[in-house]
Amino acid sequence: MNKLTAFIVDFWSYALKGSPKYYAWLGFLSLFMLVGVYTTYRQLTEGMILTGATDEITWELYISNFIFTAHIAAAAILVVIPAFMYQHKGMKDLAVLGEIIALGFVSTGILFVVYHVGRPDRLWHMIPGLGYFNFPNSMLDFDVIVLNVYLIINLVAAYFLLYRRYVDRPVHGFFYRYLIWLAVLWGPLIHIITSAVLASNARMYSWASAVLPFAFLSMAGASGPAIIIIVFLIIRKYTKLQIDNTVIDLLSQIILWSLLVLSLVFAAEFFTVLYPSTHHAASLKFNMFGHNGLDMYVPWFWLIMAAIFGSFAALLFPKIRKSYDLYLPIICVIVFLAVLIEKPVILVFPAFSPSPLGEYTQYYPTFIEYANVLAVWAFGFMTLTVTLKGAVGILTGEVKYIEKAADTVEDAVPAK
Amino acid sequence: MSEDKKGMEAQELDDARREFLKHMGIAAGAVALASAPDAEAAVFQEWFQTHYELMSEQEKQEAIARLETRYSEEFGKKTTVSNAPALPGVLFGYALNIQKCIGCRTCVHACVEENNQSRYDPEIQWIKVLKMEKGNFSFSPDKLDKGYPESERLGDYGLQVGGNAYNSVGVSSETERYYEPETVPEDDSFYMPVQCHQCEKPPCVKVCPVRATFRDPSGVVVIDYNWCIGCRMCQLACPYEARRFNWGEPNLPKEEMNPKTHYYGNRPRMKGVMEKCTFCLQRTREGRNPACMEACPVGARKFGNLLDPQSEIRLILATKKVFRYKEEFNTYPKFFYFMD
Repeated sequence: MNKLTAFIVDFWSYALKGSPKYYAWLGFLSLFMLVGVYTTYRQLTEGMILTGATDEITWELYISNFIFTAHIAAAAILVVIPAFMYQHKGMKDLAVLGEIIALGFVSTGILFVVYHVGRPDRLWHMIPGLGYFNFPNSMLDFDVIVLNVYLIINLVAAYFLLYRRYVDRPVHGFFYRYLIWLAVLWGPLIHIITSAVLASNARMYSWASAVLPFAFLSMAGASGPAIIIIVFLIIRKYTKLQIDNTVIDLLSQIILWSLLVLSLVFAAEFFTVLYPSTHHAASLKFNMFGHNGLDMYVPWFWLIMAAIFGSFAALLFPKIRKSYDLYLPIICVIVFLAVLIEKPVILVFPAFSPSPLGEYTQYYPTFIEYANVLAVWAFGFMTLTVTLKGAVGILTGEVKYIEKAADTVEDAVPAK
Repeated sequence: MSEDKKGMEAQELDDARREFLKHMGIAAGAVALASAPDAEAAVFQEWFQTHYELMSEQEKQEAIARLETRYSEEFGKKTTVSNAPALPGVLFGYALNIQKCIGCRTCVHACVEENNQSRYDPEIQWIKVLKMEKGNFSFSPDKLDKGYPESERLGDYGLQVGGNAYNSVGVSSETERYYEPETVPEDDSFYMPVQCHQCEKPPCVKVCPVRATFRDPSGVVVIDYNWCIGCRMCQLACPYEARRFNWGEPNLPKEEMNPKTHYYGNRPRMKGVMEKCTFCLQRTREGRNPACMEACPVGARKFGNLLDPQSEIRLILATKKVFRYKEEFNTYPKFFYFMD
């Protein structure tokens, strides 16, 4: 049996084996995916009419969640940058985990975009050569390119490193180093381009703003390390992989300063819009105070602002940053949820009110929509869990290429 | 030399693509034909067709024939799908007299009947008529010394904001389009219909990822309904809210279907694609007027060739008080509003 087959077999057989808790988690996720199979079928056959989207609010929960997954995917570079730029030893081994997190979330994001499109069967129209690519006019085309390239870079980088570790060969060679540098450059790019998709619409006053890319990057800097800290704390607790405290400290510092930048960006935007208070301020005012009794987003706005400023203030205290078992994970969950919920209730839905002809509308997601969103998330977390499990096995040396081990695996696989 | 080579390569690539799709199309067609009726086979073959503008003459004929067969079968009557080209030397323009408009919405319904929109769940309308109040006269003398900020040293009459500021002094510019009065026009209101402005610099065309929507030679922005992927970027870009999406399968009763159609115009759409006003392409490319214009009972709507100095629309532009809606978006609409 050759080495590559052995790698695939060993990697996946380790990844799919675990404690009852592990299986319970996977079972929990597949529950949502099973419901999702039915609701996806409904949406594919009956159309987008089953979602809450209308001609007034044409973007649904799918695209809101897509923007969030782009945040997390881009944040993977925050694990990679310190490892290579500052030669942080603890980070170097963990860089691959960052790549896998990026991989998981960028594929989740692409799936969300497919749910958003009204005719997913016609997506081949975008394949250059077969279809027609409106390049370089359409920002969506840039986004498609950037996301898919990022997916490929991370796929190659992560599995290349894991394979090299598996067969016990040096990993920090020429090819890998440049691939990592490319990933580091590409991470912010998926963000900047995604913000361009929004900011290019002159009629959307709350999106056509120069601070949007910076808001996105700082939100990525906050929410990405938040989930990475949670993942690392879980890995540290349940597996043999050692993750140094300094790694967690560095990540919580990144969250802290990202939240500061985010607060400044919000302050700059709010001031510029609210001081003259022209029609550019209408969406923000609707978000902050409601309009003629339509106030669905008002409590969310203040809650999320409080969460962002509050988390920043809390993280200023070293005692909270060092509380690995209690306060730090709580703050991380708050930051993660605040940025996740910010997407629909601040960024996307209120931006559509007033519409260009002056209508104010609230968005009511449907069951089908919620079920599909949860199914896509479940799919994302499922691939993430399984891939991370396999990667941990390789990093700790539990999964290793041994001639003998390969033989036993071959024996275990029934001959066809 | 190098350009020649480039051209050849593009040609080869194009041929290869065409060949590939043809094989797939034939295979798929064969499968479908063996078991299913014509209409279903047509839908299946339509899936493989390329952008209409990129088709060869023969492919265009096949596509048209396929659609005619499918529509005739689906709606139980002989349906024609024209592919008449844009008229040469013509740039279409539209002018609307807001002084005359009485808000009766006859144009809205004439448009729906002509252009085969979905009739229920939901009814899709391409024209929106905005109702505006003629003026709000709720000035209050009690508020003359009110306002913000209130300060004893500088007086209490609002140095920055006067007390009547938030009371919609004069015309409020608040619009409503769901009005249902017994008779129109209402005394206290005036009306402003909005539809696709057929911009010379259309933001919707720029953002389309697959060029399914584009500006035709006579200045009308059209959509290839078979090429649209339903991403709705165009709807997001349009500052006039002119585009409508088929969120579900459109409901077009057989007896209400208009069998005289055009490929880029009023042929029945499918679910998950965008649609919009085309100045009734199926009529105007034959020298007729748009349905909304013919239907208007007060003659508020004028249509014509902007390149013809003798046309009525040119006379209006030269002699009336004309304005364009949302000029600040720099879209150069060819839809004008005017007053006598």
